[in-house]
Amino acid sequence: MRLTLTPEQRELREAVRSFLAAASPPAKARDGYDPAVHARLNGELGLSGLIVPEEYGGAGAGMAELAVALEETGAALLPGPFLATAFAALALTRAPDKELLTGVAEGRIAATLALPVVPDGLTARAEGGGLVVRGTLPQVLSGAEADVLLAALPGTPAGDGSGAPGEASDGGPVLVAVDLGGPGVTRVPLETLDLTRSQARVELDGAPARVLGRLGAEGAAAVADLVAVALAAEQLGVLRASLDAIVAYAKIRVAFGRFIGSYQGVKHKLADMHCKLEQAESVVRYAAWAADEDPAELPHAAALAQAHTGRACFEVARDQLLLHGGVGFTWEHDAHLFYKRAKADEVLLGPPRVHRARLAALMEA
Amino acid sequence: MNLDEYRRAARAWLRDYARPGESAPENAISHAKDFMARLYDAGYSGITWPARWGGQGLTQAEERAFAAEARHFSLPTYVFSIGLGMTGPTLVDRGTDEQRERFVRPLLRGEEIWCQLFSEPGAGSDVAALQTRAVRDGDRWIVNGQKVWTSVAQHADWGLLLTRTNPDAPKHRGLTMFVVGMRDPGVTVRPLKDMTGRAHFNEVFFDDVAVPDAHRVGEVDDGWSVAVTTLLHERLSISAGVGMGRAKDDPTSLEALRRTADTSDPLVRDDLVELHIRTRALALFNQRLAQEAEAGLFPGARGSAAKLLLAELTLFEADLATRLAGPSAVVGTGDGEGAGPLAHAISLAPAMSLGGGTNEIMRNIIGERVLGLPPGPRVDKTVPFKDLKVGTQG
Repeated sequence: MRLTLTPEQRELREAVRSFLAAASPPAKARDGYDPAVHARLNGELGLSGLIVPEEYGGAGAGMAELAVALEETGAALLPGPFLATAFAALALTRAPDKELLTGVAEGRIAATLALPVVPDGLTARAEGGGLVVRGTLPQVLSGAEADVLLAALPGTPAGDGSGAPGEASDGGPVLVAVDLGGPGVTRVPLETLDLTRSQARVELDGAPARVLGRLGAEGAAAVADLVAVALAAEQLGVLRASLDAIVAYAKIRVAFGRFIGSYQGVKHKLADMHCKLEQAESVVRYAAWAADEDPAELPHAAALAQAHTGRACFEVARDQLLLHGGVGFTWEHDAHLFYKRAKADEVLLGPPRVHRARLAALMEA
Repeated sequence: MNLDEYRRAARAWLRDYARPGESAPENAISHAKDFMARLYDAGYSGITWPARWGGQGLTQAEERAFAAEARHFSLPTYVFSIGLGMTGPTLVDRGTDEQRERFVRPLLRGEEIWCQLFSEPGAGSDVAALQTRAVRDGDRWIVNGQKVWTSVAQHADWGLLLTRTNPDAPKHRGLTMFVVGMRDPGVTVRPLKDMTGRAHFNEVFFDDVAVPDAHRVGEVDDGWSVAVTTLLHERLSISAGVGMGRAKDDPTSLEALRRTADTSDPLVRDDLVELHIRTRALALFNQRLAQEAEAGLFPGARGSAAKLLLAELTLFEADLATRLAGPSAVVGTGDGEGAGPLAHAISLAPAMSLGGGTNEIMRNIIGERVLGLPPGPRVDKTVPFKDLKVGTQG
């Protein structure tokens, strides 16, 4: 098990970090999605193609590399569909589609993935020689910016148009793609706690869908695990940036004639936050390793990554806000951006208790 | 011999001479000494220590290979742990050639047992506030004072002793380090019964004890820098032990609690999940530190984070185990063998948060040396020691 970065991974980190420091620092995050930054990120750095297999024009890298990139985009609170596209690309590794993978690798296509991967309330039927989907997805990550929505349907609809999904199930969920700019799609942008990342309600009413391939129950579960690991990597970045910000402030802010970082009331809290960072980084590296190298260990590693890192990230983001004092409560200061991203991330994949319940079940297995 | 061969040879030796899971009989000093002599003669004691002073002169790679194999066994090396982990490395780093020649080989071979004499009743976290005096008398020094928290002093032949030699200098600049004979006249060792009801430590009293100047380690009044060397080795040896094997019969471990607690209760399940998360997160952190060390990146002060987390986990698991067990946690069976394993565990749990630096000291170290935060103002650094308040006042 490798828990440290390779020299190549460290280079990747430096490249992404210095790009984002110039192009999209946290202070810019509140302005929201900047398609130009997104295009440069994918063009100059090729980040959207990082985990796309080489045969589709990507870099063919693994979760370990994606985690490095997501840690940096998380630290910068990068707005826009980068995370959503990474989720979709992870699903596509299980049901490869040339058009989509090539488009993602080239940065032409921003995609998103339904959460959960097999969402409730979607029905599909064959109509007019193709497949159409109906139903509402109440919260789609970056749903307003993405070009394509991926979702898994419970089973293969019968070819004669009579079957509802699930009825003719012959091997578990299939991954389908819906063109979000196409007919039968209504997108309603939602007001979000996290100013730096959008969500939308997506209403599908006879929207044409393309079947990409069968995920199967195992494949769908694996995609959910990969998504959990990827999110944990972003959370690690949010955690690290939160801690860095308050440590820097504690070295320059003076109260009662001393730098506040010299008070043990502050110093000890920061030390505890550092302990959370060390553990979170270890857990994320382990989970990324499991995603790349050990499928048998992945379910446990993914549940651990979310159960540990989701909480640790929010706690550190909360404490950095508190330690900033009153200024941390102002709209103008960036502290609340981290706090809100951390909370939004913590609940993105369901109530956090689901990850803990999963760990409990896996401990018994 | 390549590393794999080395490892196989170590495994074979351990199979022949050590028993898996064997707990060291606490008083079997002669058994432990016999084992240590065999270990040394086989080349597995002092693996990375300089060959010139009796070590094997090998690398961290061999050391780790042996440790990885030894993890499956319970070696009776406890009484040698202070010598091997702290005082021995200090002598190798800072002793004179005569001292290295005299002390290192017998230490590695288990012929002589060592203890460390720094802490005092008035000098715990602030160990540089110690008051035990050494006064020069020709080519020897006369020592008076009291030490505390001294592990294995009752068995020790030698102690590494930090004394005050110049009370007119500021506290860190008037200390001197010595090697003292623990069986010399004027040395009294008394077991210190701790809150578990057992004596894990001792108090050591010095009444006009004579120490030859040849047993001085480092320069006169420069003992603090020698002590810093020792404390660094202490922290490394504690954090190196973190996440290593633990007693199979530990009643507070996750494995034990899964057997004994009602895992159909969702509240119990959540408690066990919490313990699992903390245990795994710390174990992974330790593995990561070890991998970094292997790559030549030494943990330094970050080891303090591992030590702090272990201290908190130790308290959490004993606390959780007793809460899960309920009333039976706090009583024995009436067999005269004490209040039971959980009562012992909850009594012992605070030790990890106090020994080797308290949690508060660990947080200071992390804050100042890892995060680079400014130190608090100090009133004790420039004032002559004799003008300082020390210990418990009023």
